[in-house]
Amino acid sequence: MLRYILGKLALIIPTFIGITILAFGFVRILPGDPVLVLAGERGLSPERHTALMHQFGFDLPIWQQYLTYLTNILGGDFGTSFSTKTPVLRDFLIRFPATVELAIFAMIFAVILGVAAGIFAAIRRGSWFDQLTMGTALAGYSMPIFWWGLLLIIVFSGTLHWTPVSGRIDLLYFFKPVTGFMTIDSLISGQKGAFRSALSHLILPTIVLGTIPLAVIARQTRSAMLEVLGEDYVRTARAKGLAPRRVIGLHAFRNALIPVVTTIGLQVGTLLTGAILTESIFSWPGIGKWMIDAISKRDYFTVQGGLLLIALIVMSVNLIVDVLYAVINPRIRAN
Amino acid sequence: MKKKLTFAAALLAASVLGGVANAKTLVYCAEASPEGFDPAPYTAGQTFDASSRTVFNRLVEFDHGKTSVSPGLAESWTISDDGKEYIFKLRKGVKFAATDYFTPTRELNADDVVFSFQRQVDKAGPWFQYIPGIAYQYYNDQFGDNITKVEKVDDLTVKFTLKDPAITFIPTLGMDFASVVSKEYADKLQADKTPELFNQKPIGTGPFIFVDYQTDAAIRYKANPDYWGGKQKIDDLVFAITTDPAVRAQKLKAGECNIMSYPAPADIKGLQADANLKVEEQEGLNVGALMYNTQQKPFDDVRVRKALNMAINKKAIIDAVFQGAGQVAVNPIPPTMWSYNKAVKDDPYDPDAAKKLLAEAGVKDLKMNVWAMPVSRPYMPNARRTAELIQADFAKVGVTVEIVSYDWGEYLKRASAVDHDGAVIVGWTGDNGDPDNFLGVLLSCASVGSNNRAEWCNKDFDALINKAKTVSDQAERTKLYEQAQVIFKEQAPWATLAHSKVFMPMQKTVSGFAMDPLGIHRFDGVDIAE
Repeated sequence: MLRYILGKLALIIPTFIGITILAFGFVRILPGDPVLVLAGERGLSPERHTALMHQFGFDLPIWQQYLTYLTNILGGDFGTSFSTKTPVLRDFLIRFPATVELAIFAMIFAVILGVAAGIFAAIRRGSWFDQLTMGTALAGYSMPIFWWGLLLIIVFSGTLHWTPVSGRIDLLYFFKPVTGFMTIDSLISGQKGAFRSALSHLILPTIVLGTIPLAVIARQTRSAMLEVLGEDYVRTARAKGLAPRRVIGLHAFRNALIPVVTTIGLQVGTLLTGAILTESIFSWPGIGKWMIDAISKRDYFTVQGGLLLIALIVMSVNLIVDVLYAVINPRIRAN
Repeated sequence: MKKKLTFAAALLAASVLGGVANAKTLVYCAEASPEGFDPAPYTAGQTFDASSRTVFNRLVEFDHGKTSVSPGLAESWTISDDGKEYIFKLRKGVKFAATDYFTPTRELNADDVVFSFQRQVDKAGPWFQYIPGIAYQYYNDQFGDNITKVEKVDDLTVKFTLKDPAITFIPTLGMDFASVVSKEYADKLQADKTPELFNQKPIGTGPFIFVDYQTDAAIRYKANPDYWGGKQKIDDLVFAITTDPAVRAQKLKAGECNIMSYPAPADIKGLQADANLKVEEQEGLNVGALMYNTQQKPFDDVRVRKALNMAINKKAIIDAVFQGAGQVAVNPIPPTMWSYNKAVKDDPYDPDAAKKLLAEAGVKDLKMNVWAMPVSRPYMPNARRTAELIQADFAKVGVTVEIVSYDWGEYLKRASAVDHDGAVIVGWTGDNGDPDNFLGVLLSCASVGSNNRAEWCNKDFDALINKAKTVSDQAERTKLYEQAQVIFKEQAPWATLAHSKVFMPMQKTVSGFAMDPLGIHRFDGVDIAE
């Protein structure tokens, strides 16, 4: 097991270098001169332009820029934002809890509903429920997030007034963040109604962000279940007269879980990319909204640092999933 | 006795709670997060809304909803005869905000004013780069090295010495970068080795006191009880940062905010139809135009430029691109600007006359580039669409257009080059309310190769605007600028396309909000009915 984990860890190093090259290169491939973008219509004098290019190190040869960049990252310095002049890592850490909180809720939502829908669809294969679920899953998977989010806002907030439009909590409540998780901080604050408000603000973004993973998980669960249900040992269990609930719960589900866990792990990447749009719609102050703002402002160092940090997180999660997978399925380790 | 005490405590609690319940809170749905809270190193409007206009004051202040200025922290001023010395008398008894992070021990004095300007030029000083990488861009653009000295005469008197007289000096002092900050606070932060707090927790003399900023989510202020202009009618001010315009509109409708900025054109009708809302509107202080490269054939011929102007159906552009939220521009300055010449008539839309004029100029089968900006700006929400409409219009008079575009930074750089090819769609938003901020910056001979993207240098025009810069009498300046606009229209270096309209939707209970021609959102003087 240890060797397996070490092997996985060793793989991370080249991946990491690859990602730094991508993040570094991506920003430099973008057309245009970053310093000019900063100035906008108002223009820059040539002297000032040269000074700024020098200040940001854009006048160095590209390999030297990359080396400086890599050295800085290893020292924990992910650059400084163009627009706010604060360290990118600090900006990231301020916003990260908001994204994690939303992602956790979206994941819980997607896993519970997705696994349940997948199992029932598999058991009732070909029924109207199965067709409806799979049809909805397909629709959910192809739903443009922007459209979906606005639609929910207009219906549930604008027309029915059931949910708040955007933000993390009613601005009536005011307390200093402790954990960065609004649901926890609102409880700590002890302000009456704050927790409820935080929860109600989570409803729509959770649904929007959870939709795609929900669809994927439902379909994956269904096909995994169908496969397992067709196996001999399930037939045997049935033939032995075991109650259907036990057959499904004990034998089929546990084995169907294996590919589902991988799917869930892979959805973390989807959640983080989905957060970029979802957070923008719901004014959710997380890393997604931060990245969108940075891209629109051409804040090169923020985009570069943010991309790298997000990639690091996705990589770490994938590592954890791989390990979990090996724990559930001993055959993997043997290979 | 015990009972009495309990009763008193209950009464006290009730009155405190009651007070809280009665506090008037105004929520503003803002479009973006501020870059920081020190107005001097930044350039974005949302930063000024959140810092300079709430927390700070300047020596002079723009009048609410106008481009004229009145005394601010300076009660009065005198200008020397040669126009090079400005002496300001400061208002007495102005207090800096007392907060839980700083308690001022003295009132505003000349040291603060000197520091506020000096820190932006003193390269060796600790405040020049107190956050790594900052630059005082506005100061550079507006003053350059024209201010040679800022001195304290006595506690309440400050003297500015200029290298050259500058008629725009006073309105420029109303700009955000010229906000007066507290030297005492700066000194304390420097001693504590936490200078970056200067940009995170501002201390000013303004109508509101900064309370808290939750990154990307909300900014809180409370009314300054000691404000020299009197306490505001609202008690609390909250900026709810909401980047999506459609979501801002929904929040306003749902009552989650009282005012919102920049609605999407598509949402305006729906907001106007809402019985709880009112939508105020104003001409933006901007201009969008198609600027011919007048140094290039055949655009060096005024007949060609006139002909092309007549070929453009501007009304169609206003309808399609601005969705009605704009008006056809006639002059290079917007109608809200003083000295706007109402007598100037635009070239009529007349394709037949355009064809004739082109033939007269000997131009046949003209092929040209029209540059479309890659970004959306208030003065030009969709340049690509505009370029396509112009392409179709020009095709009708036998001119073939190729639309070109570049990344925004590259676009501006290339469009500034004297030999750039064709006509460029671009525009300008004014920032100090002075006509020179348009006519001088965009059309003078001096700005050829930079902001003068028509590369147009006309001796008569230049003489007028240069003269206007040296005259202090506004009536006389007005005459000069009016004449300049006549020459501009005759010579047609641009096809003036549009001035956008800016909309400000708010709840009907909000009163006292004046739309600002400079595009700033100010909440002093605003009230909400219970």
